[in-house]
Amino acid sequence: MSFINYLSREINCKIVYYGPGLCGKTTNLQFIYNKTNPEAKGKMISLATETERTLFFDFLPLALGEIRGFKTRFHLYTVPGQVFYDASRKLILKGVDGVVFVADSQIARMEANLESLENLRTNLAEQGYSLDKLPYVIQYNKRDMPSIAPVEELRAMLNPGNVPDFEAVAVSGGGVFDTLKAIAKLVLTELKRSGG
Amino acid sequence: MTNPQMVMYEEEFNQIQAIVDRLVKEANARVVFIIDKNGQLIAASGDTEQIDTTSLASLTAGNIAATGGMAKLLRESEFTTQFHEGEQSNIHIQLVGNRVILVVIFDNKTSLGLVRLRVKKASEELNRIFEALLQKVQDPARETPFAEITDDDIDNLFND
Ligand SMILES: Nc1nc2c(ncn2[C@@H]2O[C@H](COP(=O)(O)OP(=O)(O)O)[C@@H](O)[C@H]2O)c(=O)[nH]1
Ligand SMILES: [Mg+2]
Repeated sequence: MSFINYLSREINCKIVYYGPGLCGKTTNLQFIYNKTNPEAKGKMISLATETERTLFFDFLPLALGEIRGFKTRFHLYTVPGQVFYDASRKLILKGVDGVVFVADSQIARMEANLESLENLRTNLAEQGYSLDKLPYVIQYNKRDMPSIAPVEELRAMLNPGNVPDFEAVAVSGGGVFDTLKAIAKLVLTELKRSGG
Repeated sequence: MTNPQMVMYEEEFNQIQAIVDRLVKEANARVVFIIDKNGQLIAASGDTEQIDTTSLASLTAGNIAATGGMAKLLRESEFTTQFHEGEQSNIHIQLVGNRVILVVIFDNKTSLGLVRLRVKKASEELNRIFEALLQKVQDPARETPFAEITDDDIDNLFND
């Protein structure tokens, strides 16, 4: 749930990056962090295991500028992808304003993508949300890898609802900001629609 | 939606800030924070310069969420209080009205007993304020500036 502070004139929104393990969620946040001016970002927090796998979440607070005299602040979170961290994933979805589903384009990861998307729907439903009603975009990541599925195929499989989708190479940053802008726009548009 | 929109107005903020300021003094604490359950900082008082408040807010909310998850597994409704003891600093975390989190950071200038006592009183007052705030937010006649936002406003945010 977004938080509107009339006193400090700030809107705070929560965006969650979801997807199978190793699809590039943390890499998205790292790229955003590295490319953002120091005054527009807070510290990036990663609660990771010793092998750098996300344990609980990554967190990056980001200021995107002003709208009608209100500062917009986005809190970006990633979830741990591994199947056995489902309890943590559910917690991170609490109060979410927008979701980015990061898919791994590699053919070998198709089943993992589907499973994770299914898991996202289930976990959202448990919180009383529906993916069809939330601001939601999809990113097809790792477009630079050798054995990847064509975008049309990924789209047919993962994006039947035709939400905005983007190709990305998160390691070098391609598509990362397009994805972020698209979800931020949808979140603000929803805020406008629901009257805040 | 499961949890209603959090909104903060000047009137309620001033009431909340007064309680937080008083709690710092009365409990002899270093810092006091109020955070919503989604990790957003609502108010702070005391020696906040030394602390990355945004990070602390997000981690505290994560902690409360995780503890809430454990409570559910044990068929408890919620663990409302947590205490973490360090060598220099201690953290007392109190869930208020299942809606916001009251965090007190203190050192050996005070005692856990005193902190607990003051937190209890402050929680009751805070609970009343947040209750009233919620009523206000749910009022359908409430005015918001966001209905006025245009697509251009949103686009302009990204044109730099
Ligand atoms: N080749 C390539 N590797 C990527 C890309 N995005 C992420 N990776 C790599 O994939 C691995 C897992 O990424 P990570 O962000 O930790 O995945 P997460 O589990 O979704 O957080 C890391 O070694 C990344 O460097 C990409 O677009 N192309
Ligand atoms: Mg990760």
